[in-house]
Amino acid sequence: MMNFNFNVAELIFALPELFLLFAISLILLFDLFVSQRLKQFTYYLTQLALLITGFLAFNLIGENATIFSGTFVLDSLGSTFKVFILGFAIIALVYTRHYLKAHDLLRNEYFILAMMSILGMMVMVSGHSLLTLYLGLEIMSLSLYALIATARDRASAIEAALKYFVLGAIASGLLLYGMSMIYGISGSLDIAQISSFASASTLGSQQTLILNFGLVFLVIGIAFKLGAVPFHMWVPDVYQGSPTSVTMFLSTVPKIAAIALLIRLLIDGLGDLQHYWADLFMILAVLSIAIGSLVALTQTNIKRMLAYSTISHIGFVLLGFVTGVVDGYGAAVFYVLAYILMSLAAFGSIIVLNRKGFEADQISDFQGLSKHSPWFALIMLVVMLSMAGVPPFIGFYSKLFILQQVVAQGYVILAIAAVIFAVISAYYYLQIIKTMYFDDVDKEILVSAPLDMKVVLSINGILILVVGLMPSFWMELSVSLF
Amino acid sequence: MIALSDYLILSSIVFCIGLAGIFINRTNIIMLLMCVELILAAVNTNFIAFSYYGGDLAGQIFVFFILTVAAAEVAIGLAILTLMFRSRGSIDIDVTNTLKG
Repeated sequence: MMNFNFNVAELIFALPELFLLFAISLILLFDLFVSQRLKQFTYYLTQLALLITGFLAFNLIGENATIFSGTFVLDSLGSTFKVFILGFAIIALVYTRHYLKAHDLLRNEYFILAMMSILGMMVMVSGHSLLTLYLGLEIMSLSLYALIATARDRASAIEAALKYFVLGAIASGLLLYGMSMIYGISGSLDIAQISSFASASTLGSQQTLILNFGLVFLVIGIAFKLGAVPFHMWVPDVYQGSPTSVTMFLSTVPKIAAIALLIRLLIDGLGDLQHYWADLFMILAVLSIAIGSLVALTQTNIKRMLAYSTISHIGFVLLGFVTGVVDGYGAAVFYVLAYILMSLAAFGSIIVLNRKGFEADQISDFQGLSKHSPWFALIMLVVMLSMAGVPPFIGFYSKLFILQQVVAQGYVILAIAAVIFAVISAYYYLQIIKTMYFDDVDKEILVSAPLDMKVVLSINGILILVVGLMPSFWMELSVSLF
Repeated sequence: MIALSDYLILSSIVFCIGLAGIFINRTNIIMLLMCVELILAAVNTNFIAFSYYGGDLAGQIFVFFILTVAAAEVAIGLAILTLMFRSRGSIDIDVTNTLKG
């Protein structure tokens, strides 16, 4: 039986979530009742709320507590992930505003929905029971479906929303089915109790069988959410069809939450079955890296190309979890954070080209960028080289750490395959650099982005270089989370 | 007396019907929503059966949450459906092919 103890002092450990929920409600009311002239402040209030939430989460780093009858956990992993989620979300919203303004999509519900999905991610990151993890996942996903559909006049966005909705619902269904099996055999929703059940030496063969049966469904559900091959079919369509600002949001922060879900369920909960799920991950990882690298070669739409690039990056992340050692998990977390930093800058570079009545989403839109705006061409160059894995950028070190761990655990063939496909994928990253620097067209490119967007994008680009100069510090930080 | 395994077999059959329906169905989007509901119903059956036979109430509480979330999910699905009908004048799956794949 569950034990329902409630202590008011526990609320302090959930302060970031509570504050964000409170702020969302207040900002929604604010937006409803103020005059048209004041509505632009909703955006600033959103950023302020996220900033304060990030500060509160940062203050809780180092605290360890399991509260609300064991359904909510606060540890260094959770707090650090929350800080990164909020930080990346703030950057993403700066880019978002320029895009929405350029295309007359600026409605304040957008920011409310974005905050709501961030709240869901924070709950997921701290979930310590199947119930909290599921609820966090759904808060996040439901807000994201609506976020895509905010561009309600675009047929492609509606189609993307529908596809994301159907595939997301299947993923939740599969995950839930797995959860019900795990609950049935272990008799508890609590991650700690599931863990102690799975590690007991008295497990019969039938119990192990049912546990594995549930485990497969959990892995499929997580793979759907991450977009790993063969559960990737929604990724390119949704990325291409969504408004670019939503694509950027989808491809960045929810990945942290999905990785947190993976860590909570499979490492904290079923860590003793690591050798079972590592085999599944190996297949997912190699297929993702291969398909992601090969199919991206033929794309002309840059959002679709970045979708396949995401798939191949996710493959690398999963490789880190295959290793089954703490250093490998740390390398995977480092890879996710590095990937999100690069992805934000890549989508930021696309968004910066957008202006009134002009939607930049083709690779050819980058033609001649180096002549008209050398600085933003340089940032895109850094991003593309980093994604291709060229030293000294962050993308190189994140790949290096993963491959080091993979080789150290004896999976040499996996590492060789990953490197070969990484080299193949360098082709399409370099293709964009070629388009920017060597393709001559008389087309005028106007970069009309506001100052805040330009400054943040520049900082984002520089971070890719700076973090790449001291990778070991970040790597140690990632490893220390486990 | 109905055994636990009977419930599990029932729920797995319902689950498979729902999953197959999503992949086989090529006509109507409302059918997709119904299949999603079937999957969730199968999960609910599982949770209640395990909860009853295991003597643990937590599973039944989980079901309340799943029901609520399913209602919210369908609300959003129908909203997207309405938008789709407005932009295309049809809710057939066949017309959802502007994006390749």
